Amino acid sequence: MFTWLTVVTALRVLRRNRLRAGLTLLGIVIGVAAVIAMVSIGEGAKQAVQKQIASMGTNVILIWPSGTTVGGVRGAQGGAVTLTVGDALDLKKKIPSLTDTGWYTRGAMQIVNGSHNWNCSVYGTSPSYLTIRDWSYSSGGAFTQADLDSAARVAILGQTVVENLFDHGEEPVGAAIRINNVPFRVIGVFSPKGQSAQGWDQDDVVFIPYSTAERKVLGTLFLGSVGAIAASAARSEDLEDAVEEIRAVMRVRHRLQGEQPDDFTIRTQVDMGKVQEGTSETLTVMLMVIASVSLLVGGIGIMNILLVSVTERTREIGIRMAVGAKRVHIMTQFLIEAMTLGVVGGIIGVAVGILAARLTTIIAGWPTIISSDAVMIAFIFSVAVGLFFGLYPANKAARLNPIEALRYE
Amino acid sequence: MAGIVNSLIVCQDMWKVYRIGDVTVQALRGVSLTIDRGEFVAIMGSSGSGKSTLMNILGCLDKPSKGHYWLNGADTGSLRSDQLAEIRNRQIGFVFQSFNLIPRTSALENAQLPLFYRGLPIKQQRALAAAALERVGLRGREEHSPTQLSGGQQQRVAIARALVAAPSLLLADEPTGNLDTQSSREIMDILSELNKDGMTVILVTHENDVAACAAREVVIKDGQIQSDRVTKAKIHVAEA
Repeated sequence: MFTWLTVVTALRVLRRNRLRAGLTLLGIVIGVAAVIAMVSIGEGAKQAVQKQIASMGTNVILIWPSGTTVGGVRGAQGGAVTLTVGDALDLKKKIPSLTDTGWYTRGAMQIVNGSHNWNCSVYGTSPSYLTIRDWSYSSGGAFTQADLDSAARVAILGQTVVENLFDHGEEPVGAAIRINNVPFRVIGVFSPKGQSAQGWDQDDVVFIPYSTAERKVLGTLFLGSVGAIAASAARSEDLEDAVEEIRAVMRVRHRLQGEQPDDFTIRTQVDMGKVQEGTSETLTVMLMVIASVSLLVGGIGIMNILLVSVTERTREIGIRMAVGAKRVHIMTQFLIEAMTLGVVGGIIGVAVGILAARLTTIIAGWPTIISSDAVMIAFIFSVAVGLFFGLYPANKAARLNPIEALRYE
Repeated sequence: MAGIVNSLIVCQDMWKVYRIGDVTVQALRGVSLTIDRGEFVAIMGSSGSGKSTLMNILGCLDKPSKGHYWLNGADTGSLRSDQLAEIRNRQIGFVFQSFNLIPRTSALENAQLPLFYRGLPIKQQRALAAAALERVGLRGREEHSPTQLSGGQQQRVAIARALVAAPSLLLADEPTGNLDTQSSREIMDILSELNKDGMTVILVTHENDVAACAAREVVIKDGQIQSDRVTKAKIHVAEA
């Protein structure tokens, strides 16, 4: 009964000082909205990264050649050509936890379709590479083992390539194009994958069978040399063990003795994702901290206004005490006022925060995810801030001496 | 002590000593006073005489430094601040010189205040407060805020607020100090009326004509009772 009446009283007091209460609310509203908007942006960034990582395929392990060391001068990673088709096939045969292995060789080539031409990366891959990296097709399909065996002149185009080689509405599948002046037939178009975690356009590619690339388009240093090998594990728990097994098999195949360093580098999808995920995690935490600070400032605003209110209403407090208000009554009254500010500020802040996140997506095009956790936490925090910063003024009010309070001018 | 049980107020050798920095102020120096139920007492004295201090102690807003004060047989010196608040809420009604209404709050809600802290259901609060306002002649002004009322009307709201709790003691501290002659007379009429109905009224004033309404006059000087005399024959109300 008393609590309810106190809430009514508190609301009336706040309504009486609308402008002041509104300005105080603003602090909390901005704080809560900032927390929600910032976390949404952070979460959005995190999910975008996760999506990119997922676009690499599932449980993927990549093997590159290490840099060459010539006369003590170390070359760039991937500079040497040490990996072979044989390596890839052997890995699959010897390591049961690997479901498949694939490989590719790569070069930049001029592609021509009628009067259009375009320059992009051409990948000569095994069909298995396509499945490992989880490519899907918006039209047509993949090449097969038979295409690989016969070195068929068939190509799969990425979305960016299609946009640049074909007029709008023109059907690419079935079309005849020339890659480095060699005629090819388009048999498929990839569904777009977007940017890779490293920032390059994953759709600006042309895939052709490895054998075709080796013999007719890209050429090769020695027969069966590949740019990189990709393997997939059945389960993500197997990834770490698989890496070690791959290392062991590869060292034997490459005849590396005891102290000799690996002439290849093994990376898992998890390794590659970690950096980016770490970055976006840092971003989220930083945004959270900034937002929390503004919520704190909002709380100090509440305290400030309540202290003014206590001073201003000293006489009222004296009157209330004279007619029988106990300390707990006075305390509750001011605490409820503070909490009301927190609750109302929290509710408005949640609305503004969600709106701000939406607008960020619409205007800036950043992905945002409104997590219900963030909304809950921000709201609870705002009420807690109100309560915490209301404690001191409320206690100050409750400790007033009624005689002095009654005499206060 | 039979007197303690029978009388409403028994003060026994009360001292109040303040310490302001290095200076010790003796506001009360051994005050003993007994007031029975139904009395109408005027406490008089110049400013600084100690009458405000006595008033604060009688109203349970303060405690004596030494000596005892029994109200309705309860020794208030041993009570905690919350228990004193409870006594103020149930047994004492205050009327102040400066009215002391809560600003921007209706007459009805001001009159409700003691019941609010007693935790009565809101309907009952409203009904009792409305009845109290009617008793002081403010029917129809329930929703007026203090600024919409004249000084005399504000003081009547304050009396209604004091009445609503049905206290055993009404303490009026210079109730007419801020009022014109006409309003003063009205307020004193109400207080006399209440006393006739059996309410114990203690009036603090320095005006002789106001004090003349009371039946007993206690004069305080330098923290001591200088004189205590009955000025009117006590009117005994036949008990129904």
